[in-house]
Amino acid sequence: MKGPSLRMMFGAALVAVLVVVAAGADWIVPYDPTAQVLAENLAPPGADHLLGQDKLGRDILARIISGTRVSLAVGLVTVVVSLVAGAAIGAVAGFAGGWIDEIVMRAVDVLLAFPGLLLAIALTAVLGPSLRNVVIALCLIGWTGYARLARGEIVRLREREFVEAARALGVPELRILVRHLVPLLATPLLVQATFGMAAAIVAEASLSFLGLGAQPPTSSWGAMLNDGRAFVLVAPHLTVFPGLAILVTVLGLNFLGDGLRDRLDVRTPTDLWR
Amino acid sequence: MLRLALHRFALTLPTMLAAATLVFLLIHLVPGDPVDVMLGESAQSADREALRRTLGLDRPLATQYAAFLRGVASGDLGRSLVHGTPVAELLAARLPATVELTLAALAIAIALALPLGLAAAARPGTWLDRGSVGFALLGVSVPSFWLGPMLIILFAIDLRWLPVSGRGTWAHLVLPAFTLGLGMAAILTRMTRASVLECLGEDYVRTARAKGVSRARILTHHALRNALAPVVTILGLQFGALLAGTVITETIFAWPGLGRLLIDAINQRDYPVVQGCILLIAASFVAANALADVINGWLDPRIGAATARAGS
Repeated sequence: MKGPSLRMMFGAALVAVLVVVAAGADWIVPYDPTAQVLAENLAPPGADHLLGQDKLGRDILARIISGTRVSLAVGLVTVVVSLVAGAAIGAVAGFAGGWIDEIVMRAVDVLLAFPGLLLAIALTAVLGPSLRNVVIALCLIGWTGYARLARGEIVRLREREFVEAARALGVPELRILVRHLVPLLATPLLVQATFGMAAAIVAEASLSFLGLGAQPPTSSWGAMLNDGRAFVLVAPHLTVFPGLAILVTVLGLNFLGDGLRDRLDVRTPTDLWR
Repeated sequence: MLRLALHRFALTLPTMLAAATLVFLLIHLVPGDPVDVMLGESAQSADREALRRTLGLDRPLATQYAAFLRGVASGDLGRSLVHGTPVAELLAARLPATVELTLAALAIAIALALPLGLAAAARPGTWLDRGSVGFALLGVSVPSFWLGPMLIILFAIDLRWLPVSGRGTWAHLVLPAFTLGLGMAAILTRMTRASVLECLGEDYVRTARAKGVSRARILTHHALRNALAPVVTILGLQFGALLAGTVITETIFAWPGLGRLLIDAINQRDYPVVQGCILLIAASFVAANALADVINGWLDPRIGAATARAGS
């Protein structure tokens, strides 16, 4: 096993900073992220407001910091729910084989026949625009990637000698699956989850940018970019900084995922939403 | 070759049917009564009944489904609730703009990725190689809804080289196509580099070198051609992302295509148009994947035979 690469350490450090910012958002925000000062709308970056103010005079830095919380929360909830559900479904399908496997994999194929973002747009369009519905839509689509990964691994592993040995010793099937096979899924799933988190954060921002996600006054980075669109000619700072926050977050997670993949030596598909 | 193509496209039919079913079910996912959602709860009951009949929601689900599938098969996707015109007409009017944008983005992605990936693989470990890896990482991490506005600020506002938005001349196409294509260029660069590197380690490359074939010719004639199969597959898979990405890119640049139509229809709760847009985009994606498989079969007859056998 190789040691962690510089890139991976850098990614891990970026992610750690984001987690600290999200956790400590209440203490480090310089202003209330929803407090409006209409007289100072669209004010450029300055000494009092380091990144400037938006169309309602709200502090952009404060909104980006509180947006960190939104992004990480959406990313985390989406990844945990999709991973647990997807891995369970995929593992059972792969282990059981037969018609169960057939039904599950056909369902996965159908969902994967749509570009992920398009399906998310369609689902949020019918469910109604809100952060909660974004998470629901992303989970409804996101489990497929983990299911496919888990199934593939289980199918590969279930014929191995140690499974045969356990079976010969009379270990019940369910116990073989849960105690002997599922732990081996942890590594590839962890790598996939790192990329999945980046993808979910971008997906949330995309939907919020299209007006289908976070609603005012919630400070989502995507919604901030949507607000900034109307003022790109006169107040580009509305656009520049929230986008940088997304870029840093996604780069951090991708660096970390790349590093983990090389270090743990797993091959995994990425870019589910792109 | 033609048989393979026909066979592969026939295999898309079950997928297309499943996609149509999912799109049909969408409107039944609307929480509560879709008619209430579209008209608002204060609407007259006569209007509500009329809309319910127009959408066929008063009939049993199975009848609705059969009628929907018949409609899709014959190109009749219903009428827009807002414009009153057939959905198929609206789609046809917007399709050329989206095709133009998508093809331009695809061309930019390929034009950037193949030379960059090939050059990086030819000289591994050099600054060029590192640069291409960096480009690939940055390219997949930059969200298009930020890249687009940044390009507008730089090239349209500061430098005044290109128009801010809209469609018309070639100049209008540059920024949207680049915004849409960059992510794909990044993924393709990475794939090309990895795939060519793998091929350069093969025996036939050593044989060619032993015969005295030049480095450049080995790269372009031996390694690249064999390296293309995974690149074409990724191209097909990523085409879906490109299509979905048009929704965002068209929003940024006020590009009058399908993506913009979809978002407008969502905001106006014009569900027949929403269904039509999603169905058309999904169908294009399924077709693109089939096309990628056919191209692979042409590049490498062994893959073609496997595709014809295994299907999916």
